[in-house]
Amino acid sequence: MRREKVDVLIVGGGAAGLAAAISATESGAKTVLLERDRSTGGVLNQCIHNGFGLHVFKEELTGPEFMERLWEELKEDVIRSNFTVLEIKPDTREVITLSEDGIIVFEPKALVMSTGARERPLNSLRIPGSRVAGIYTAGVAQKMVNIYNRLPGKKVLIVGSGDIGLIMARRLKIEGMDVVGVVEIMPEPGGLIRNVVQCLEDFNIPLWLSHTVIEIHGKERLSEVVIAKVDENRKPIAGTEKVIKVDTLVTSVGLIPQNELIENFVEMDPINRGPVVDDYMRTSVEWIFAAGNNVAIHDLVDFVYDEGKIAGMHAARYALGEKLPEVKYEFVRGKNVGVMLPQKFTGTQPFKMYIRPTKSLEKSVLKFSDKIIRKFNWRIRPSEMIDLVVKNFEGFDSKITVEVSNLD
Amino acid sequence: MTKKLTCISCPIGCELTVYVEGDDIKVEGNRCPRGFEYAKNEVTNPQRMLTISVKVENGVMDLVSTRTDRPIPKKMLEEAISYIKGLKVQAPIKRGDIIVKDLLNTGANLIATRTVLKK
Ligand SMILES: Cc1cc2nc3c(=O)[nH]c(=O)nc-3n(C[C@H](O)[C@H](O)[C@H](O)COP(=O)(O)OP(=O)(O)OC[C@H]3O[C@@H](n4cnc5c(N)ncnc54)[C@H](O)[C@@H]3O)c2cc1C
Ligand code: SF4
Repeated sequence: MRREKVDVLIVGGGAAGLAAAISATESGAKTVLLERDRSTGGVLNQCIHNGFGLHVFKEELTGPEFMERLWEELKEDVIRSNFTVLEIKPDTREVITLSEDGIIVFEPKALVMSTGARERPLNSLRIPGSRVAGIYTAGVAQKMVNIYNRLPGKKVLIVGSGDIGLIMARRLKIEGMDVVGVVEIMPEPGGLIRNVVQCLEDFNIPLWLSHTVIEIHGKERLSEVVIAKVDENRKPIAGTEKVIKVDTLVTSVGLIPQNELIENFVEMDPINRGPVVDDYMRTSVEWIFAAGNNVAIHDLVDFVYDEGKIAGMHAARYALGEKLPEVKYEFVRGKNVGVMLPQKFTGTQPFKMYIRPTKSLEKSVLKFSDKIIRKFNWRIRPSEMIDLVVKNFEGFDSKITVEVSNLD
Repeated sequence: MTKKLTCISCPIGCELTVYVEGDDIKVEGNRCPRGFEYAKNEVTNPQRMLTISVKVENGVMDLVSTRTDRPIPKKMLEEAISYIKGLKVQAPIKRGDIIVKDLLNTGANLIATRTVLKK
């Protein structure tokens, strides 16, 4: 068993991990990035559509282009692929890893967690019927089509209208599958409106809102599903059932931040389902930083990139012996605030804050403890993260209630 | 003519209202000038960027992802897709390489969006 000492160890080589590696090496720290896959990039590898990098590179890039740009930005070779992190020991600050060279124990001074998210499987929806072949999560279908050049079937129904579901509807149609439609249990689409327009409307793919799959049929392979309209309580309405003959179901029912390695000893946010972080992307454990989809699900890779940069830079400063400022303020969720980060901050620097409202509002205001911070003259929705720069902390108590309310 | 549109030029997705009177086009609801451009195009000649993969021979991957380097007319999408699906290219391919020059006379090139090394 080999041991290795490093300043900054980064776990996960998606956009967040790569960005953290760029800033950690620029800050002069001895850095190693571990990626369990053959190659870094994470989900960027399989997202061949455009819509990446508008903020960071002022250009509209595809996922692989964004990824290769990050590779070029990373001047030093710090990446180790085919490396899986098995365990992090908080007391001894040891990180146990497995690779082709066997077990290696790293002893980092600081750690950046950037392990991304995984997809919720269909089983989590508890649909009655058999578990036949022909059911894929959108990410798996995306990997098959975009990387391995395989089509999952001939005729497909998509479950869930998040961005991944919408993008896959278009993608499978382009590749020649018969895409019968997208069912969405909520009364409005889960993904960005731009994706509803350019993925469904452009390709004449129907979207059934307030609909869900209630039964799955088939012997070995999927042969048909039953869909139905749902009421306000998301209960199927009797008499609205419709049988749809398909051999494939692609499900896009949400992402879950991946935090098994730290959730037992790091303070977690039950709504974000990721670690509680401050404006330095520090978790409750002094030497552990975090960034990206494991902290909370982000819409835009640009946000993930920014966070990764912050986490990497401060992890490096901490590892090189600098004392970082202490947390002074805490945000508390008020009305209409779902995903929110950071939850804490030091008040020593301006920082970016991200919020998802819990419901759509036509015209609204964002308040910090009753003080209006921003007005929205447009419709805000849970599917679109609000980002704002927080600059001024004067006059606030240490606990700040964040609230989004109707403008009346 | 009045038309409701959603701007797809960036993820914000502003809801636009377009007023067309002869050559005169007015747009409301856009938060930036790109929204105006989008709306104008959408009522005169709708355009879309196409992202699609192309088969690769002798590469470490079987596919290379590509995109048009500028949007092409929406009504050409179908023709472009079936044309591109018939193509095969030889590895190695560098990001930015032109796979098809002036795709179907649209003025747009089809370019590689990733690097695929030789097997
Ligand atoms: C289908 C889809 C479409 C999207 N479309 C857009 C878009 O159009 N525009 C846009 O801006 N954004 C888009 N996004 C969002 C954006 O791409 C992601 O939010 C971002 O890339 C996530 O980066 P990440 O580094 O947090 O996570 P990931 O990319 O998931 O990276 C995490 C990495 O960690 C590795 N890892 C996990 N656990 C371990 C372990 N124990 N040991 C070692 N390695 C580990 C994984 O293998 C993976 O490579 C999309 C996302 C998806 C899924
Ligand atoms: S108008 Fe500007 S801000 Fe609004 S969606 Fe279009 S590009 Fe984005």
